[in-house]
Amino acid sequence: MRLLFLSAATLSVVITALIILAIIGEAWNFISQVDLPALWSGGWFPRRGMFDVPTILAGTFVIAGIGMIVAVPLGLGAAIYLAEYASPRTRGWLKPILEILASVPSIVLGYFALQWISPNVIQNVCVGGSSNFNMGAAGIAVGILVTPLIASIAEDAMYAVPRSLREASYGLGARKRTTSLRIVVPAAISGIVAALIIGFSRAIGETMIVAIAAGGTGGSVFSVNPCGQGQTMTAAMTALATGSDQVRGSDLAYPSLFFVGLLLFAFTLALNVISERFVRSVRLKY
Amino acid sequence: MADLAASSAVSAEIVRERISGRRTDVGGRIFEAFLLFALLASLGILITLLVDVLTRGIGVFIDRGLDFVTSPLSSEASEAGIGQGLIGSLILMLLVAATAFPIGIGASVYLEEYARDTRFTRFITANIRNLAGVPSIVYGLLGLAVFVVALREITGPDTQGRSILSGGLTLAIVVLPIVIITTSEALRAVPSGIREAAYGVGATRWQTVRSHVIPYAAPGILTGTILSMARAFGETAPLIMVGGAVSFLATSDRGVIETLQGKYTTLPTSIYQWVQEPQRDFIELSAAGIIALLVTILLVNGLAIILRNRYARRW
Repeated sequence: MRLLFLSAATLSVVITALIILAIIGEAWNFISQVDLPALWSGGWFPRRGMFDVPTILAGTFVIAGIGMIVAVPLGLGAAIYLAEYASPRTRGWLKPILEILASVPSIVLGYFALQWISPNVIQNVCVGGSSNFNMGAAGIAVGILVTPLIASIAEDAMYAVPRSLREASYGLGARKRTTSLRIVVPAAISGIVAALIIGFSRAIGETMIVAIAAGGTGGSVFSVNPCGQGQTMTAAMTALATGSDQVRGSDLAYPSLFFVGLLLFAFTLALNVISERFVRSVRLKY
Repeated sequence: MADLAASSAVSAEIVRERISGRRTDVGGRIFEAFLLFALLASLGILITLLVDVLTRGIGVFIDRGLDFVTSPLSSEASEAGIGQGLIGSLILMLLVAATAFPIGIGASVYLEEYARDTRFTRFITANIRNLAGVPSIVYGLLGLAVFVVALREITGPDTQGRSILSGGLTLAIVVLPIVIITTSEALRAVPSGIREAAYGVGATRWQTVRSHVIPYAAPGILTGTILSMARAFGETAPLIMVGGAVSFLATSDRGVIETLQGKYTTLPTSIYQWVQEPQRDFIELSAAGIIALLVTILLVNGLAIILRNRYARRW
C-alpha cells in the first residue's frame, strides 16, 4: 500500500521532469536551427520564419501590466475590507461574489473582453481610435480574472494576523484606518506580496482571454500600444496550434512552440520560487 | 471635599466627551468607501458580464430550445449546437475522474500519512506547489509532446494522436496538483487524536487511514475534487494545444476504444470557435454556449458548497 501511495506522489516529480525534458528538447531544436537575426526581426510571424522575441515579451508584459493596474487596487481593497471592516454577516454575503468571479472560466472573460470591454470601454478611451481587437481590453479582462485570486490570498494573510496586534493599536488610540494600513498590512506583508507575485504570474500565463481579444492570431508586429493589437507568449502558442491539424508553415514553427513554452515556464517558475522565498524570509513569527 | 467631588465629576464629563466625541474621521471614511467600492466593483463587473451574456444568448434558447442543446457542430449558425460538445466534455470529465483522482488522493495520503519529513518529501511538496502555478497552456505542450506525438500508437493511431484520450490525460495532469493540495488540506484537518486512538487499539497504518482518516476527511476531499472538476470543465487552452478538440465528435456506434482514440469537441472549445466568427449569429451562439457553461459550473460549485456546509465538522 505504502509503495502504491509513494509512486503516486513520485508521479508529480516525473511530470515535472517530463515537462522540462519535452520542452527543453524541442526548444533546443529550435535554438540550434534558427537564424539568430530571426529572433530580433520586428515581428512574430512564425509561418514566415520571423520569431521576434521582443514582440511577444512586450505584448505579454503590456497586458499583464494593465491587468495588475486593475487587479491590485480592486483585489487589495476588497481584501482589506473583508478582513478588517466587514462584519461577519456582510462578509458572509460579500465573499461569495469573489468566489463566483473566481469560478468564471477564462474563455468567458475572453468573450467579455472582445464583446463588451472593447466596444464600451477601450473604444471610448482611445481617442485616436482602436481596433476591435486590442491589448487594452485583454489586459482589463486579465485584471478581472486575477482580482479574486489576489483578494483571497491577501485576505487569508491579513485574517491570520492575531487580534492582539489590532487591540494594542486601538489601545494606543489609533484609528481603524491607521490600524489597517500601519499594523495589519505590514504584519501580513509576506502574504500580500506573495498574492501580488502569484497574481502576476497568473496574468502572464493567461491564455484564452488574450487569444480571443488581443488579436494577432496570424502574428503581430512589435507594439506596446494598448489601443492596438498585440501578441503574447501564450497567444502565440495557441495561434500556432489552432487553424490546422498540424502546425504548418516554416519547419521551425513546431519547435518554436516549445521555445515560447520554455520562456513562459521559466518566467512563471521563477516568479513562484521568488514568492515562496519571500514568504519564508519575511514571515513574522507572532 | 464637595469641591473635589464636583470637579472630578466635571473632568469625567470632559473626558467622556473627548473620547466619544462626534469628530468624524473624514479620511477614514473616504478610505472605507474606497475599500467598499473595490469590492462592489467586482460585483458590478460580474452583473454586467451575466447581463450581457444573458441578453445576447437567451434568444438562442428561446428560439431553438432543446434543439440547441442537442445539435452537433455546424458551419450554419442556425443549425449549430452544443450536443457533441457536451458529450465530449462529459467523456473528458470521466477520464479526469478516473485518472487524476486516484493518483492525486494516493499522493496526498502518502505525503500526509506515510511520509516522514525528509528532504525528499519536502522536495515533492514544493514541486507540487510549483506545478499548481504553471500556466495550463504549458501542460498543453506536455500533452502535445507526450500523448500526441510520443504515445501516438496508443492514444490514436488514426487521428495522429489528437484524440479524446490525449485531451483527457492532459486535463488530468492540469488538475492533479489541485487535487493533491485540496486533499492534503482535508487530511491535515483530521485531528491526530483520531489516528492515535486507532493506533492505540492496535490498528495498522493502512487500517487507520482506510477506516478512520479517509472517512473523516471524505467531505473535504469530495469538495476539492468536485471543484477541480469544475475547473477542468472550463479549461480550454491545453485542449487547443493538444488539438483535435476543434473537430467533430463521431458518435456513431463505435466501441469504447475507438471513441477514446477518436476526434472530439468540447463545450469550451466550441465557444472558442464561435467567438472568433465575426457574424452576429455566431456571437449569439457563443453567448448561448457560455450560458450553458456557466450554468454547469455554478451547479457543480453549488453542489460542492452544499456538501461542504452539510458535512462540515467542527473538532
